[in-house]
Amino acid sequence: MSALLEAPLGRRSFLKIVTMAGGGLVLAYYVRPAGGAEAAKPDAGKAGGAFIPNAFIRIDPDGTVTVSSSRPEAGQGVKTSLPMIVAEELGADWGSVKVVSVPLDPVFGPQFAGGSMSTPMDYPVLRKMGATARTILVEAAAQTWGVPAGECVAGGGMVRHTPSGRSLKFGDLVAKASTLPLPAEDSVRLKDPKDFTLLGSRMGGVDNPKVVTGQALFGIDQKRPGMVYAVYEKSPVWGARPLSANLDQVKALPGVREAFIIDRTVPENEVTGLVPGVAIVADSTWAAFSARRQLKVQWEEGRFPNSSWDDFARQARELAKAAPGSQNVKETRRDGDLDRAFAEAAHVVEASYSYPFISHANLEPQNCLAHVQEDRAEIWAPTQDPEGARRLASKVLGIAPEKIQVNITRMGGGFGRRLDADPVAEAVAISQRVGAPVKLTWNRADDLQHDHYRPGGFHFLKGAVDSRGGLSAWRSHHVAFGSNMGADDYPARFVPNYLLLNSKLENGIPQGPWRAPGSNTYAWVVCCFLDELAHAAGRDPVEFNLAVLGDRDVVPGSGARSRPYNAERMRNVVRQVAEKSGWGKPLARGKGMGLGYYFCHQGYVAEVAEVTVSQKGELSVDRVVAAVDVGSQIVNLSGAENQVQGAVTDGLSAAWVQELDIRQGRVVQANFDDYQMLRMNGAPRAIEVHFIKTDYPPTGLGEPALPPLAPAVFNAIFAAAGKRVRQLPLSRTDLSWS
Amino acid sequence: MSRFTLQVNGQTHKVDVAPDTPLLWVLRDNLGLVGTKFGCGIGQCAACVVHLGGAPIRSCMMPVSAAASVNITTIEGLSADGSHALQRAWCELDVAQCGYCQPGQIMSAAALLAHNPNPTDSDIDDAMAGNICRCATYSRIRAGIHRAAEIMAADKEVHK
Repeated sequence: MSALLEAPLGRRSFLKIVTMAGGGLVLAYYVRPAGGAEAAKPDAGKAGGAFIPNAFIRIDPDGTVTVSSSRPEAGQGVKTSLPMIVAEELGADWGSVKVVSVPLDPVFGPQFAGGSMSTPMDYPVLRKMGATARTILVEAAAQTWGVPAGECVAGGGMVRHTPSGRSLKFGDLVAKASTLPLPAEDSVRLKDPKDFTLLGSRMGGVDNPKVVTGQALFGIDQKRPGMVYAVYEKSPVWGARPLSANLDQVKALPGVREAFIIDRTVPENEVTGLVPGVAIVADSTWAAFSARRQLKVQWEEGRFPNSSWDDFARQARELAKAAPGSQNVKETRRDGDLDRAFAEAAHVVEASYSYPFISHANLEPQNCLAHVQEDRAEIWAPTQDPEGARRLASKVLGIAPEKIQVNITRMGGGFGRRLDADPVAEAVAISQRVGAPVKLTWNRADDLQHDHYRPGGFHFLKGAVDSRGGLSAWRSHHVAFGSNMGADDYPARFVPNYLLLNSKLENGIPQGPWRAPGSNTYAWVVCCFLDELAHAAGRDPVEFNLAVLGDRDVVPGSGARSRPYNAERMRNVVRQVAEKSGWGKPLARGKGMGLGYYFCHQGYVAEVAEVTVSQKGELSVDRVVAAVDVGSQIVNLSGAENQVQGAVTDGLSAAWVQELDIRQGRVVQANFDDYQMLRMNGAPRAIEVHFIKTDYPPTGLGEPALPPLAPAVFNAIFAAAGKRVRQLPLSRTDLSWS
Repeated sequence: MSRFTLQVNGQTHKVDVAPDTPLLWVLRDNLGLVGTKFGCGIGQCAACVVHLGGAPIRSCMMPVSAAASVNITTIEGLSADGSHALQRAWCELDVAQCGYCQPGQIMSAAALLAHNPNPTDSDIDDAMAGNICRCATYSRIRAGIHRAAEIMAADKEVHK
């Protein structure tokens, strides 16, 4: 191979053209490795006469366009939407596009799925991929006909010569295209979005036919010859080591091959990687599950054997009484003069809000298939972060990352849980010990009791409105288990007199990102308290909140890591959702509308919920209207709406019924009989989604539509029944009224 | 271990497993029919629904010994080619997100439509209350069942 040309795509990405041993051509996209070593290249030896302009695109002589799906599919729809971007710029016929999932490989650039980052990161890159390949195909057609390339256009899987009306299919151009050099960067023109035919249309998921016939394979469905089945029991008190276990008795049970203790923590002193436990390896899943019921383990006590939710709540109330600057009360932000603002206020409101720990509750329990051999390993994992999974596996195994192949499977829900790779660490550790391919399957109790939880939290608030009805002061004390609110989190920057105090409770509870981390609870606290202040001021909540958002367009961030807040975009979605929902229309008693809005993950979303609360206290969410600004272009309209509808209903499920209790240092709940999830009968009756297009780059949709839902519903409940609910889950509160 | 004869999707299978093995794990580990999913193991999520003698059951709770010699239909056998009205409706309306629960959703819905070809929203609430969708695609599942009912009615019209 010899490099001919490098064209910068971005800070770390390059298009690179290389001639292949067989005379073909490969245009490889890769991320320059840190050490400067050459990244892997597409394997042209298997090209078989195909045109492979880059690692994402392959065109065969029969016209089939194969697009690589490099990001993990967790239900967020990237396996369909990202290839649509390539196909649009390429001018492919979507019906001739085949999408294939690919393993972890540097040629594909970043491959994680998290933070709603896939669209903003890949949109510009994949457009350029498609456009570059299209430019080569157009040049091949132009040369074939002996006409200027400028007279030719690509679309529908063919190139047309406009003046003569002649056309050539992509498949017929493959041989010629494979001999052409990479076009000069300035000759590659992206399409004008006005001319998009595929992007913004409704496309069903490419794997739908497999999903509905049971053919879609998830992590838990993977198989290898000689595979054995494993379970792994860990201490119910997080991080505690096993002291002894009845291993001989377990090994004698039917179908059991091995039982052993793993007494390691990787990385050291962390509870979210490999932690000590007891492995049972058997001939079948059921043999392993059955044997586990006979397993008896003596655990050490653990660091926090007596922690309980009630005690955490008591500690939080004590902390709330402490003055700024006292022990464990950190002043994170102070603006203006709080004392004066409260003294001069027309109305002062005080309230405390709290929410429990909840689980990701991925319906596909955590699992991993691993085959570790002496100096290498192969993993089949439902992971949102294949590179992180490989890094952790490497540490556990002592095998270099490049000797570990990671196959990324479809996953039965991610929601942030699968950014952590503890099941991978366990599977590789067990496979290394038994020397066979091992499928590790967690049961539901493992999944609920060893999740990396959405943390609970306590917020103690005091707010003021002045004589003109404007928000004049905001004092907030956040008592958290892990991360606290940031100095710029809303409504910081929008209130002249503002104080944020932060405290942390000592605990040993594993925590991790849960769909829209932080925002998923802060939005509820902040938008509900704003609603309380609007009512105290006697103002309409939409009008009050628009006034809080002020008249500046972009409010700059105040720290190096902070984002600017585009208040104009937020006011716009708030106005739009008010208009589309019929805000202010007369409603019967027991019916109400509420507003929620939040900026996160680069998206601006406002939602209005319309609810009915019966006198007996039964809640029905009749309608949710969402106004969503994620920039200039919706990629797949069907998938995008599905994300918003799902986020709305997921947000309702979390706020209404989900709760983990902590007693004696452990999670009490063990399955879906005591850990409730919203079901069909509780789902909103109608969800209307309005995408508001603005001149900003397209951003992601996995997360930003979730946070506004809970405050919209809770504010609607107040409007309907006069009940102000300040504790999650909602199911704990009696909503009956008379 | 004991030998059992199972009738699954019109085919006869002989398996040698512990009699208390749930049908779910026989389907998945012994017969390789992995479309039927494990979610909770206690009949609370319905990802594992199959039809036993035409009735929807939670295969995670059904010992294989109780399922022997009764016709079993799994998602793989609901139609020969993915053409059941529910499967067509699910594709048409792009119902799924992660898709993990959808075989169970479809099997529950198929049992509903088999005896109630034109269900109301309230019928759907009742029949589908056992099925969890963690991605919360409930509004599309509901629309998908209504759409499948339309497709079935139209097919019936054609065949008159």
